[in-house]
Amino acid sequence: MKKQIYTISIYTENNLGLLNRISSIFLKRHINIESLTASSSEIENVTRLIIVAHLTEEKVKKVIGQIEKQIEVIKAYYHTNEESIYIQSALFKIKSNLLFDERQIQNIIKNSNAQIVTVSPEFFVIEKSGRKEEIDALYDELLPFGIMQFVRSGRISVTKEEMKISELLKKQLN
Amino acid sequence: METLTKAKKTTKKEKTLKIKGAEAVVKSLLAEGIDLIYGYPGGAIMPVYDEFYKYQDKLHHVLTRHEQGAIHAAQGYARVSGKVGVAIATSGPGATNLMTGIADAQIDSTPVVCITGQVGSNLLGSDAFQETDIVSMSTTVTKWNYQITKASEIPEVLAKAFYIAKSGRPGPVLIDITKDAQFGELDFEYKKCKKIRSYNPIPEMDITQVLAAAELINKAKKPFIIFGQGVILANAEEELKELIEKADIPAASTLLGLSAIPTEHEFNMGMVGMHGHYAPNVLTNECDVLIAIGMRFDDRVTGNLETYAKQAKVIHFDIDPSEIDKNVKTNVAVLGTVKETLAALNPLINSNINKKWHQEFKDLHKIEHEAIIHPEINPTKEKLTMGEVINAINKETKGEAIIVSDVGQNQMFASRYANFKQSKSVVTSGGLGTMGFSLPASVGAKLGAPSREVVAIIGDGGFQMTIQELGTIMQTKVPVKIVVLNNEFLGMVRQWQEMFFDKRYASTVMTNPDFISIVKGYGIKAKRVNKRENLSVAVSEMIASKDSYFLEVIVEKEGNVFPMIPTGATVSDVRLK
Repeated sequence: MKKQIYTISIYTENNLGLLNRISSIFLKRHINIESLTASSSEIENVTRLIIVAHLTEEKVKKVIGQIEKQIEVIKAYYHTNEESIYIQSALFKIKSNLLFDERQIQNIIKNSNAQIVTVSPEFFVIEKSGRKEEIDALYDELLPFGIMQFVRSGRISVTKEEMKISELLKKQLN
Repeated sequence: METLTKAKKTTKKEKTLKIKGAEAVVKSLLAEGIDLIYGYPGGAIMPVYDEFYKYQDKLHHVLTRHEQGAIHAAQGYARVSGKVGVAIATSGPGATNLMTGIADAQIDSTPVVCITGQVGSNLLGSDAFQETDIVSMSTTVTKWNYQITKASEIPEVLAKAFYIAKSGRPGPVLIDITKDAQFGELDFEYKKCKKIRSYNPIPEMDITQVLAAAELINKAKKPFIIFGQGVILANAEEELKELIEKADIPAASTLLGLSAIPTEHEFNMGMVGMHGHYAPNVLTNECDVLIAIGMRFDDRVTGNLETYAKQAKVIHFDIDPSEIDKNVKTNVAVLGTVKETLAALNPLINSNINKKWHQEFKDLHKIEHEAIIHPEINPTKEKLTMGEVINAINKETKGEAIIVSDVGQNQMFASRYANFKQSKSVVTSGGLGTMGFSLPASVGAKLGAPSREVVAIIGDGGFQMTIQELGTIMQTKVPVKIVVLNNEFLGMVRQWQEMFFDKRYASTVMTNPDFISIVKGYGIKAKRVNKRENLSVAVSEMIASKDSYFLEVIVEKEGNVFPMIPTGATVSDVRLK
């Protein structure tokens, strides 16, 4: 079976130690987590974790089974890139003088739909949200000019299909 | 009448009374119906032990000689009684010493609650004396764990712990309680936990899957059932028996499923797996419908998965959705407790007699009987065999005893040759293979089923891993019968060295102490047997003893357990020699 990128969305109670439990499931099976994001969700007191990993569908199903087995996990799903809408964010810190000396940089920023977040006498910061490939392309273009700092966030995504978490929670309590 | 009103008054008063966290631990245990716990005191758990002293008429504490002994005893207790076993220890080494047993309980789905003391919450993360991060450490081997840092959390968290340990697929729960939470005060009120919104212990049965299973079973020409511990955990022995008898299906057990159906039942074909019986192993690869009930297709059961029952349609009954398709792809998966799902299935099943299919089992069993079983229990060689010792115990206990085996050859001989008449008669470390399990587990088993005979079967290696628990037996006077099968080898490893490592016996030869002197030092009756003519008398003396009794049997040094499916081999390539 072919390996591919899967986005794993996990709805959980906001409990200390649960992230440890979930990451252990990946570690135990020697699966590398490519990115991980934890945030609040559309439901009060419910956390949403988004984990991106490269694995086969057979394996992702088993991983989902193990994740759902954890007491504080409400529900876990896996989706292919086609089944979800996803982006990542990146910040680039660049020397300010380049903005004036290298006119090209302004064009790069404009063409890549990036935003200038802040400008100071020493440096300026560009923010770019989008797919990983778009961020990578911007990185490649800026690299020759010198990047002082670069950071990219984990993937955040929403699914095309409906998630019936609130209904599920209601059902479990009845 | 007067006492009744008095009692009422006190309970009412208790609700508003401020008590210490440590007392709340004891009151929570009592509220869960716990009257027996196993443990070992130490600094960070002393406030709770102080309460044990006050409540000793209601809550009996068994002092083991090591925390590992405490958890194994709790496991033995849980396995025979179906209740939650409780083990308690201090922080640091006390907590880490529980870990092997926790891992064992996790893999064998045993309901236990472990309570560990922890350094004060102000010291957490400071590398304080006897501080270990037991919550992180136990994460991958517990069903759930939690650290309590405030006294007010105690009743609710313990209620959750017991609910989680026992419900659905059972397992171990660890609750770590900081010392300041034990000293802190709270308004005690205990409410049993009945629901957790993120936890669905019993998946809803899907009747269409039951119908699909029934159709496959009714059409099958060569159906075959493998049942596991799930049947025992769900109390579904009767439902399983009904299915087997109604549909005329040959059935075999996993190691932990043993005793769910009596050994002598005409459709019980024995045990599957690495050292299981010949017929069920071979015919796993001949059946047309394989019905797995409350089992998890462990690698010791399946051998090579690539060649496991490929010809068969597979029906899997289990409570745990993550077990479905985990190792073996199923055609029909029926989720739910097997008690409920088998009860729904049975009315849909037709009688489906295939004498030829049953005959295949009988024929293969005859081969195994002649090649292995008969010579094992009627040996012509001078030295005693493990099989004949188990057979002698069988004769004496008439299959009524609980057999608590350790790990290795002793375990496989006990599982293959012991007779079981009633369910919950087998206590052994299956998934984890924890040497040293048997002696402490037998203590818990006897306390969990006081009216039953409990016989521990242990090798000379495993016996020395938890030999200190003889002290527990001495102090508690729990009348367990202990049989050490002494071959002065780590027998199972030696067997593998003989078969797969050209007899290079690396570190498997044991120089043993005089076990009889040691056991007598603990004030336990002890006898050694090394001759066949003395065996049955010694066994009957042991079984007749009202007190605990130790029997050391000197067995042949290089005996082997057969049949055997070598690691990675196909299940039907089970070797007879």
